[in-house]
Parts: sequence; structure tokens; C-alpha cells
Amino acid sequence: MLEVSGLAKSFGGFKAVDDVSFDVPRGAIAAIIGPNGAGKTTLFNLVTGHLRADAGRVVLKGRDVTGIAPHDLCRLGVGRSFQRQNIFPRLSVFENVQAAFVSHRGRGWSRFGRADRLYCEETSALLHAVGLDEKAGEIAGLLSHGGQKQLELGIALALEPEILLLDEPTAGMSAGETREAIALIARLARERNLTLLFTEHDMQVVFSIAQRITVLHQGRVIAAGAPEAVRRDPEVRRVYLGERN
Amino acid sequence: MIRRVPWALIVLVAAFLVPAVGSRYYTFLANDIVIWALFATSLNLLVGYTGLVSFGHAAYFGIGAYTTGVLMKKIGVPFLLAFPAAGLFAALAALVFGSFCVRLTRIYFAMLTLAFAQIVWAICFKWNEVTGGEQGMPEIPYPDFAWLEAAGQWLPLVGGWRTAEYFYFTSLAIVAACLWCLRRIVASPFGRMLTAIRENPERAEFIGVNVRRYELAAFVLAGAFAGLAGGLFGIFNRGVFPDFAYWSKSAEVLIMTLLGGIHTFFGPSVGAAVLILLNQQIVSYTQYWPLILGTILVVLLFAFPGGIAGTLAAAFVRLTRRLARA
Amino acid sequence: MPDLSFVFAQALSGLTAAMFLFLIASGLSLIFGVLRVLNFAHGTFYMLGAYAAWQLVQWLGAGGGSFWLAVLGAAAAVAVLGGLVERFLLRHLYAKDELYQLLFTYALVLVLSDVAKILWGTQQKGVARPPGLEGATSLFGATIPYYNLFIVALGLAIAVAFWYVLQRTRAGRLIRAAALDRETLGALGVNVGALYTGVFVLGSFLGGLGGALVTPVRTIVPGMDTEIIVEAFVVVVIGGLGSFWGTFLGALIYGQVLAFGILFFPRFSIFAVFALMAAVLIIRPWGLLGRPLK
Repeated sequence: MLEVSGLAKSFGGFKAVDDVSFDVPRGAIAAIIGPNGAGKTTLFNLVTGHLRADAGRVVLKGRDVTGIAPHDLCRLGVGRSFQRQNIFPRLSVFENVQAAFVSHRGRGWSRFGRADRLYCEETSALLHAVGLDEKAGEIAGLLSHGGQKQLELGIALALEPEILLLDEPTAGMSAGETREAIALIARLARERNLTLLFTEHDMQVVFSIAQRITVLHQGRVIAAGAPEAVRRDPEVRRVYLGERN
Repeated sequence: MIRRVPWALIVLVAAFLVPAVGSRYYTFLANDIVIWALFATSLNLLVGYTGLVSFGHAAYFGIGAYTTGVLMKKIGVPFLLAFPAAGLFAALAALVFGSFCVRLTRIYFAMLTLAFAQIVWAICFKWNEVTGGEQGMPEIPYPDFAWLEAAGQWLPLVGGWRTAEYFYFTSLAIVAACLWCLRRIVASPFGRMLTAIRENPERAEFIGVNVRRYELAAFVLAGAFAGLAGGLFGIFNRGVFPDFAYWSKSAEVLIMTLLGGIHTFFGPSVGAAVLILLNQQIVSYTQYWPLILGTILVVLLFAFPGGIAGTLAAAFVRLTRRLARA
Repeated sequence: MPDLSFVFAQALSGLTAAMFLFLIASGLSLIFGVLRVLNFAHGTFYMLGAYAAWQLVQWLGAGGGSFWLAVLGAAAAVAVLGGLVERFLLRHLYAKDELYQLLFTYALVLVLSDVAKILWGTQQKGVARPPGLEGATSLFGATIPYYNLFIVALGLAIAVAFWYVLQRTRAGRLIRAAALDRETLGALGVNVGALYTGVFVLGSFLGGLGGALVTPVRTIVPGMDTEIIVEAFVVVVIGGLGSFWGTFLGALIYGQVLAFGILFFPRFSIFAVFALMAAVLIIRPWGLLGRPLK
């Protein structure tokens, strides 16, 4: 589904991402983990075209999409959520998701017709799926943190993606909220046959649902594979135990 | 219930009645307001709906005015052709300038729009052969209204007005049509995409919106309508002058837009009306209009950031909520 | 082929204009670099500096040192005004959108320029050159007024002094740090509010100083504020918003383009200036010596 090879990005002299390669098979749930500053978000930005890579390739469904602009990439079946809150703050929850539908279904250039009457059913259905139907009329910027994350998920799903890239989907959540969020994500992935790639630094979350894990440290891959293997990898333990001290 | 009252229609009808019930002076004021309302609303397409703050919107106003002026005065082209040409040329200029401007963000975008506007001003100021240079082009002819007079023989109400009043009706009809168009545009899916860009350009990119292309489109549309406003203004003002494109004009229209409220469609029109009426009132008492305007602006910025329309709209919302609960 | 003395005279004229502009634009650039506010009213501070200097000269009489006292007094008065404006008005807008701050400074232009009209009327005013700097000398066959030479020297001196303050003193380091990352600075316990006020005061001082010093060379007239602010914008854009040496370089370039532009392409000199500004913004938005904003 998604193959990344040799991605690299430096800022000045600082190597944020250094020769990273991994692949995510269709239907898999994969995670990229690593301590803060390991380069996870930068890596995501490289994959989704928000940043231009210095080197390396990104191949999606057999097609080279390295450096393709974000607005083109999301039309190829890639959905993404962001680490920072990335919603449309002054629009309502409903309008947030509706906008995504309008754009994705190709009506974005239409100067006729009324935007607020388009795709209402689909939007309502999606809001229901992510658990936000009661909040449909609320202003997005005023939602709770967890609510905004749910909304972000909704926006990403409105693009009818085949692969979903989630950047720290449970950041800032309590333990209970985290469990709920992960359960929701896993369920939606199953229901819609999504391939999932997410970053996290909460270990419990990762080990509960991920099938393949890639560990990043200071921009390089230090381990990759099935959860059990990664958990026992001495390098990984050193990095994490070392970090905790 | 308040919302269902067709305010816009009522205002339009009332506007048509001004020459009948008011003096020549009121018709003059109303004509002024109507043209600036279009100018300000065109700017708001950029500022309020797309989140792009332009400091050089007067460039397109000026280009529109000069286009119509040159065509009508120097070449004798009839209004029916000269007027749309204003919008066309302004749109072309907006396309060229805009393609550079939308590559920049925030303060750089604003500075470049300013630079382009000053370039337009400089050209108008110095290109004596075409634009009349510093003197401008006085005495742009009115459009030919003989056909209206003739129609007035057998249509009631249409005949017997002065030329200035015919021009007012024309302006009013044109502006009403333009505002209707703009209203449709902002409510359309395209308009919704612009709003998404304003709210969060990065997110908009990732729902498939080619932000630069949309911003350019908005820029061109805004420029086109500003050009149409300019085309009308040149005739109304009985002359076209370089200061139409000067940055202080851009500041004036920006203030109007803000005064009325950038988050409602008719806010800028309201701002135009209030500012022009206030100006006329105050100028008769004192020469220190800038002082008053500046003070109003300061009060606005600190106390009423939503502008007049925004503050009123918020008050309405609170009122209707209270009524609904009662 | 114009003769050398003529070219020299023009170049020096451009240099003088550049120094004045540098003085004014450096204040603008400093304020933008640290506060991220483009102060439209900076031109009006310049104008107020000129009027204040004129007024002080009227009060102090035509004595020997009165010109210099008037200049310093005027600059100080403008600095105080700037401080009050920042502390009690502008500060409350920092939390809001940049547009509000910009429009506030524009409102200041409207208000202050009318205040100047109320206080000093619309008649043109001028100030005589200070004793000791009247007259001119002959250099390379061209007549160069002493005052112009003084301004060039003063401009250089201030540039160097400024550079020294920014690079070598603690205050200067704070200013540069604030320009780079003000949030961290606040977290480090620095009183960012006082720093902002201080920077605004300093910037306004420079603007007022420029205005006061220009009085023997240019007539004091309403509208000089809007004229100079556009020029200052061009300079800081070319040189780089927030860059000190960029402003210096921008002023030099602007001065020469204007001086020679008027000679060779009189009809296009104003056009050339704005075309230059546009070109810089298109090719290298952050100016010749500036850095991309975060």
C-alpha cells in the first residue's frame, strides 16, 4: 500500500529524518513510535507532501508520490489528521465535515448552488459514525480537545481514504479518552477497510492495536517489526528506559 | 422572524425611491454610497471570506475607472461596452498581479498588493498621453439615456428624470445585480472553500483545496467587481484622477469594510453608507474629518471588533435567543 | 555623458536622502522586527518631530545651541508620545489579529496629522541651518552644503552606534532575542512588556530625530508624513523587514535609484521605486538581508 524508502530531511545542519524506510501493507495497522523529537511529525509531513524531502521516495499503491502537493495527495486516497488542532475553528462541526465532502466530491469550484445544502446526509452519517452527531451545530473551535480530535477524524474520513495517517491521535487525552479514541479508530478502520498508520508515544496504545511497529530515534529507524519483537529489542528498551530517566 | 424579513429587498426599493422623495443632494449621496458599497463588498470577498488582507485594492478601482474613462471620453465607446471593459481590464490586472501576490503570506502579501497599487498609481500619474497624468481626465460623459427617455413615453415612472438621476438608477441596478452575484458566490461551494481557506489554509490543503489557485480566483473576482465599481465612479465623479489608485483609497475602503463588519455579507455596504453619511455631516462642521475618522476607528478596534453589522448581528442573535426562551 | 562633478553631486544628494531615510526607516524596521507591528504612524512621528523642532526653535530663539537642543527635545518628545501610545493603547491589541494593529496605527496617522494641523496650521514652515553648518563647500567641482555632509556623517555614526548597541550590549541582545523568539524570552523571565515599550520608544525617537534633523533641508508641511512612510516602507522591504544592515543597504539603494532615476528617467522614477519594491517581494520577500519570518 504505502512504501517509504530512504526519506531524509535536514534543517540547517540538523538531521530531522535520516534514511527512513518502511512499508505498510494494505489493511494493516502500523505505528511509528519514538520519543519526543524523534522526527515522527516531520516524517509524516514528508510523506504527505507538506515538506519537501531532501532524499528518498514515497510510493503509494505502486505510484511514486514523493513531494506531491497535499491537495493532490488527498485525492489519491490518503487521509490525515494533524498533531496540532487542525479544524476550521469558526465553522460549525457540521460545516467542517461538509466542506471536506464538497471538496472531495469535486464541487469545490462550483459557483452555483448553495454550499449548505450539499451532502447533508453523508455528513450526518459520518458525524454519527465518529460520535459527534449531537454536537453538529456547535462551533468547532469551542469543542473539547477530544471532540476536536473526533472532528479531525471525521474530516479525514470524509475524504473516503484508503489509508489514514494519524499524527498523535491521542495527544493530550486522559487514559479513558485514549481508550475510547483508540477503540473508535480501530472500529472505523475495520468497518471501512482502512489501512492505518499512526504515530504515538503512548506505548500501551500502540501495543494494543498495532500489527507492525517502526521505532524512530533521532531521525533514524532503530527497530521495526511485530510488536513482541520490538518490545524485546534491546536498543528500543535502552532508548525508552534511558529517556524515562 | 427577524431574519425572514427581506431587508435587502426593502432597502433596494427604498433606494430606488430616493430621487423621487429626496433632493439632488440625496441622490448624489445615495449614488456615492451605492458605488462604494460594491467596492467594499468586493474587498470583503478577499478580507472577510478568504482571509486575505489587501492594501492595494484601489488599484483595480482605478484601473476600472480609467478604462471606462478612456474608452468613453477619448474613443467614444458607448457605456454598454465601456463599462464591462472596466471589469475585464481590472480582472486581467488582478490576474497578473494576483499570481505574484498569492505566493506570499500575510504581511508580505499585503506589502506586495500595496506595491502593485502604487505602480498603478504611478503609471496613471505619469502617463500623460493616455491617462491625462496628474490632472486626470475630467468630464467623462454620461451614458446616453435617450432610449430611456423614449421608453418613458409609454412606460410609467421611467420618463422625466434628470441625467444624474438616470445614472443613479443605472448604478443602483448594476450594483444590485453585482451584489446579488457576489452573494451567490459566497454561498456557493466555491465560497465555502474560500472560508475554509480563511479558517485554516493548511487543513484546506488537506481536504483537496489548491489554496493558491482558489486565492487567485478570489483575487481576480474581487478585482473585477472593484473595477466595475471604479467604472461607475469615474462617471459619477465627473472625472477620473490618479488618486483613485492611491493607497489612501485602499485604506478608505478597508476601513469601510471593517467598520461595517467583515463577517457579514452586507457589513461592508453598511460601513460604506455610515462612513459616507458621517463624512458629509461632519465635513460641514469642521475640516478635521480625519481626526474624527481616526477616533471612530480606534473606538471600533477596541470596543467593536465585529464592526457595526457584526455587533448588531450578535445583538440580534442574543435577542432572538432570549425571545425564544421566553 | 554627464560630467563627474554632476554625477558626484547627484550621488551625494542621494546619499543624504538615504541617510535621512535610514534614520527613519531604522525605527520602523526595529519596531517591526521586535513587535511585528508595521507602524504606519511612524511617518507621522517623523512629521511631529519636525514640527516640534520648529516649535522649540521658536521658543528657544536663534541662539547658538538652540537648534541642537530643539532637535533633541523634539526627538525626546516624540519618543515619549510613542511610549504612551504603546503602553496604553497598542498593547491591548497584541492579542488580536495583526490587521487590528495595522489599522490602529493608521488611525493614529489620521488623528495625529490632524492634531498637527490644529496646532501648527497648514502654512509651510522651515528652520534655518544651525550656525556652523551654514554654507557649502566645493568637492570635485560640485557645491556640497555642509549640513548635508554632517547628515551623512551623522547617519554613519548612528548606524555604527546602533550596531554596537545591538551586538555588544545586554539591551541589544535582548532586542535581538525578542525579534527571534519572544515567547521563550518571556518564559525566561524577561519583562517582555517593558521591552516592547522600550523598543517602541527607541524607534519613535529615531523617527522624531529624523524629522527634527530634516527641518533645515525640507519644508515642514502637512502630508510629509504620508510621503515619507511610503518611502520608508520601500526601504525596509528592499533591505529586509527587521534587518538592521538591510535597512541601511535599502536606504542607500533607494537614495541612489531616486537620485539617478530622476535624472535619466524623470517620468519613471516613482514607478521605478515601486517596481523595485515589487521585484524584491516577488523574488526574495524577506529582502536583501532579511530572514524569512516564522
